[in-house]
Amino acid sequence: MRIEVLGSGCAKCNKTKELAEKAVKEVGVDAEIVKVEDFDKILEYGVMVTPALVIDGDVKVAGKVPSVEDIKKWITK
Amino acid sequence: MTLDYLTYLISVGLQSVQEYLALHVLMCLVPAFFLAGAIASLFSKESVLKFFGADAPKYVSYTVAAVSGCLLAVCSCTVLPLFAGIYKRGAGIGPATTFLFSAPAINILAVVYTAKILGYDLGAARAFAAVLLSVLVGIIMSLAYERKDTERKPIKTFGEAEHKHSVQLFILLIVVLIAPELMSSWGWKYTLQILAWVPLIILTAYLSYRWFSKEEINSWMGETWFLIKQITPLLLLGVFFAGIAVVVLPKEYVAAFVGGNSLTSNFISSVAGALMYFSTLTEVPIIKALTLLGMGTGPSLAMLLAGPALSLPNMIVINRIMGVKKGMTYISLVVLIATFSGYVFGSMFA
Repeated sequence: MRIEVLGSGCAKCNKTKELAEKAVKEVGVDAEIVKVEDFDKILEYGVMVTPALVIDGDVKVAGKVPSVEDIKKWITK
Repeated sequence: MTLDYLTYLISVGLQSVQEYLALHVLMCLVPAFFLAGAIASLFSKESVLKFFGADAPKYVSYTVAAVSGCLLAVCSCTVLPLFAGIYKRGAGIGPATTFLFSAPAINILAVVYTAKILGYDLGAARAFAAVLLSVLVGIIMSLAYERKDTERKPIKTFGEAEHKHSVQLFILLIVVLIAPELMSSWGWKYTLQILAWVPLIILTAYLSYRWFSKEEINSWMGETWFLIKQITPLLLLGVFFAGIAVVVLPKEYVAAFVGGNSLTSNFISSVAGALMYFSTLTEVPIIKALTLLGMGTGPSLAMLLAGPALSLPNMIVINRIMGVKKGMTYISLVVLIATFSGYVFGSMFA
């Protein structure tokens, strides 16, 4: 599983990455978490408002920090 | 430096903090944070982003770009990704640079705080100048660099449907925000103001609970708290050191560089503002301190326009997104326009 956190380095984006790591640890799944800061790559997903969370190429949320519960739900689907 | 002098400076700094956090400032700033939080969490960006599409007519995308900054970018970190998106995927370099210039200037917290601390004329000038001139910046950039052949994909939006009561809540919050100012101008005493204000707040809270789900309210409070957490510490530091600066910096130098209203002082102020990094709201106490040290009104506006829009870190990102040539053109445009606006404002109103 590949989790990408889209964001250019602001506090909310870092927070999203933290929560993703927390969710992955709590669920215990094997996942790679990557922070994408390059605007071109972010735009390729069609995202204009960061932070955004992408799981295996699918944009799950954009424009706000998701809750750990939400991330866990998306990981275990 | 003697211990006595150090203690004196610290007390000066603390007194500065105390003045900035006077009751009448808090009664204005706290509602502003709640309003900003509401905008960040409850306003559906999608309803505005669709106006930034590649297919939108020019007059729509420029107008929306100039004005929507206060609704789209409540936190300064949101501006750059949105700018990148509009530039590469949406309506192009014109509206993108219009947005880039105006959004930090008409940030709702910044306008409110500027009006409160530096005066309504500067607060209003900051907002109006930013909106009008941002369109000018956008048009110039577009004339210089727009290429019709750039491929643009439509903007994808991910969002919940528009919350029906959002607009009503915003209006209520704005009333809560300006009520103390109105009441002060009517000459009401503080006790009377609080007596009138508190029921208004209770009404707003009650209606919010009726109109919004628990999740939405949590999101609102979360955004508000996040903004307060992010902005207030740096603001207090800025206020503290600005207070000390007033006592320590020599007036002659400040007045020599940015005093009066010559083109030079406006230019120097503009460049200084462009290079300096101001975290959200800190431009206000810093400019206030400089004003007390002799900076002219015109140069104050120049710094207010160039400061929030540019800083060394964000210039680097802008150059990376647009390329150095366009980036430097934009930066020079901002500095020039800030200089002239300051000069004109200073001549008209000083």
